[in-house]
Amino acid sequence: MSKIVKLKKGFDLKLVGKAPMELIQVTAASTFAIKPTDFPGIQRPKVLVNEGDTVKAGTPILLDKAMDQVIYAAPVSGEVVEIKRGEKRKLLEIKILADSSMTYENAGALDLGQDRASLAGKLAASGVWPTIIQRPFGIVANPADSPKSIFVSGFDTHPLAPEVSFLLQGEERYFQAGIDALAKLTPGKVHVNVDGGKQVPSIFSGIKNAQVNQFSGPHPAGNVGTQIHHLDPINKGDIVWTVSPQGVVQIGKFVLEGIYDASKIIALTGSEMNQKGYVKTYTGANVATFLAGVAQPETLRIISGNVLTGEKIEKDGYLGFYHNQVTVIPEGKYEEFLGWLKPSASKLSFHKAIGMFSFLKTGEFKVDTNTHGEERPFVVSGVFEKVMPMDILPTYLFKAIVTEDFDEMEELGLYEVIEEDVALCEFVDPSKNELQELVRHGIELLMYN
Amino acid sequence: MKLLQNLFDGIKPNFEKGGKWEKFHTLYEGHRTIAFAPDLITKSKGAQIKDATDLKRVMITVVIAMIPALLFGILNIGHQHFLATGAEGTFLDKAIFGALSVLPILIVSYAVGLATEFTFCVIRNHPISEGYLVTGMLIALVMPPFIPLWQVALATIFAVVIGKEVFGGTGMNILNVAMTARAFLYFAYPAQISGDQVWTYLGEKTAVDGFSGATALGVAYNSSVEGTPVVEALSTHNAALGADFSFMSMFMGWIPGSIGETSTLMALIGAVILVATGVASWKIIVGGFGGAYAMGLVMNAFAVNEYMAMPAQYHLVMGGLAFGVIFMATDPVSAAQTELGKWIYGILIGVLTVIIRVTNPAYPEGIMLAVLFMNVVAPLIDHYVVKANKTRRLQRATV
Repeated sequence: MSKIVKLKKGFDLKLVGKAPMELIQVTAASTFAIKPTDFPGIQRPKVLVNEGDTVKAGTPILLDKAMDQVIYAAPVSGEVVEIKRGEKRKLLEIKILADSSMTYENAGALDLGQDRASLAGKLAASGVWPTIIQRPFGIVANPADSPKSIFVSGFDTHPLAPEVSFLLQGEERYFQAGIDALAKLTPGKVHVNVDGGKQVPSIFSGIKNAQVNQFSGPHPAGNVGTQIHHLDPINKGDIVWTVSPQGVVQIGKFVLEGIYDASKIIALTGSEMNQKGYVKTYTGANVATFLAGVAQPETLRIISGNVLTGEKIEKDGYLGFYHNQVTVIPEGKYEEFLGWLKPSASKLSFHKAIGMFSFLKTGEFKVDTNTHGEERPFVVSGVFEKVMPMDILPTYLFKAIVTEDFDEMEELGLYEVIEEDVALCEFVDPSKNELQELVRHGIELLMYN
Repeated sequence: MKLLQNLFDGIKPNFEKGGKWEKFHTLYEGHRTIAFAPDLITKSKGAQIKDATDLKRVMITVVIAMIPALLFGILNIGHQHFLATGAEGTFLDKAIFGALSVLPILIVSYAVGLATEFTFCVIRNHPISEGYLVTGMLIALVMPPFIPLWQVALATIFAVVIGKEVFGGTGMNILNVAMTARAFLYFAYPAQISGDQVWTYLGEKTAVDGFSGATALGVAYNSSVEGTPVVEALSTHNAALGADFSFMSMFMGWIPGSIGETSTLMALIGAVILVATGVASWKIIVGGFGGAYAMGLVMNAFAVNEYMAMPAQYHLVMGGLAFGVIFMATDPVSAAQTELGKWIYGILIGVLTVIIRVTNPAYPEGIMLAVLFMNVVAPLIDHYVVKANKTRRLQRATV
């Protein structure tokens, strides 16, 4: 039975710089990187290649010794040009210079009739497995687990997020194959959740082996964490997996063709992005060529991902593994005379405190990275509760993490949230606390203790 | 503005590590961030943009919401003085007289409070918090108009140190800081903050015949002791002077009382600002008024004396109920923090206020003790609301 869930709480950030729905031509990226830091659950990363080795798309290049059946594969074929390490030899990036024509490791089409364990084993060894994320904790799933359900969010409500149906055009066959494979991995259901406020895209409407549910409301209605909470909530001991729609397509390609095809469409967005639109590239692409014509990148913030949950990268940095968007906005390193008092209708704010008239403005806002204030102790204004469409008391959860109270963290719902689920709280917080970092800290306490 | 920025930049090295005033770095930052919103940018991971509203703007909203009460209080103090002495006074005379009484209290409250706050920030090397912007104003508004300034200073220090800093500073306090200041004075120096004589300043002059300096709550209590109907006693009080305690004049606030508390209307204007801006919880405000009214009705139903028989709506406009419910009870730090908890907290404040007023001869005004008591109880209310959430989450059915 498909469900319809209507949410009221939340906040849509309407920003300048949406990508028009068209594929644009840019110079293709030549180097690609896998960054172990994109996978928060990796404990003991081990590089499987040396600088100078040649790899095919799908060749294992990295694994986590704590869960060595899952391999992280090269997204493209080419030469390993650099293994970059930071302080204490922390592994940062494995860079690959792509060949002009792609060659793939080929495992042959996958028979979905085989038993669950061998199916999971083959997927884990293919390179597509890290697209499957485990809740709680938001880490790469363990193939040995049997999740009670699997969730795919078919829309993205983050600021300037790409249109999912555009990302998946022409991939219908693979998407269905991916869903079929996922359905074998869980004794429960595969949920595909779509935007209830819009016409259901054709790629989802005819889907088999999955339950299609409709969610409507402001961000974070599109967050898979919100959707799990309303359909199949996670209590202690439960495991749910989530996969992005593009991850499902990659799984489907492996099922049908036996290759790890890391190609994906990403959106180039943000007020300072020169050429806005969608481009076709591969996981971990170098973003330098996408930024062609962007003036003075030194004064700008280049973000892999969206402005709420993304990560700052350099102008020749690499797209994050899970990201399908590059956003460019101005840095906000300026002082503003009486900026805390000045009336304004052009600054983006969820609040309506004196002088903040942004709620009157209907158009799009231009934003920068200024924090608009210093960090302060929590002052409980009830604002977190207004942007959290879950039966979770965010203030109490945050306080439980601050005080490292394990029982409280469990009981108040830390199993149900990861960084992206509290990103909106972090944005609206007048005390400017780093709540996403706090939640990850809490998760690590629960995981490793 | 460049000039001011240069000035700050010029003195900055003194406050940096190794500078001669290194210890006072937090004061430098505090002042610079008041003049200029800081040039801080978001970290490389996490939210890359932040809401344009910060705590300073939230706090200043509360201060602005109190300004109608402050201005009216200034005018009313002058009004009460000229009324009592029988002298003719123009609007301007009254305003000047009131301002001369109120501004010193306000200045002492802010100066002493901020000095205390700064001292703690320097000792602890904490950033200066904005909370005192609100507290300083609140302390002044709940003082009688002619309280000795040294008492204001003492109460302020007591409230900031014992009420807030010992718990760790802004955001950590259990009791409302301004109410703590008033309670301190009430119990330490009752002669200057209670009775009939402290609300109206006579100076060298004598009061005109028939004048009584009692507050509405005092009149109500006394009439009950004498067995006369309260409404009648209120409406005949000082009636010869044209200053009766009718429902309307109490609602407007032309009555003696603490500086900012007398006018229900001005407090309601503040409530509209606070609720419209989303800064204060409307649940606490509605709960507070509703609880007081309901308790008034209960008192009517079981009336054994005249005070209990007083129409319930009178409770809403007498004394400091409106001011206390709107500005004191809604303090987000000391109030209940869960949404259901806010209803319970607000309603119980209203209920307790009326019970204390009507049944306790020692304390004619109940709102102060009601708010402080509920501040203490709020964490308990929240505890049970949170526990209910945990239980509900454990018992959820899954599809």
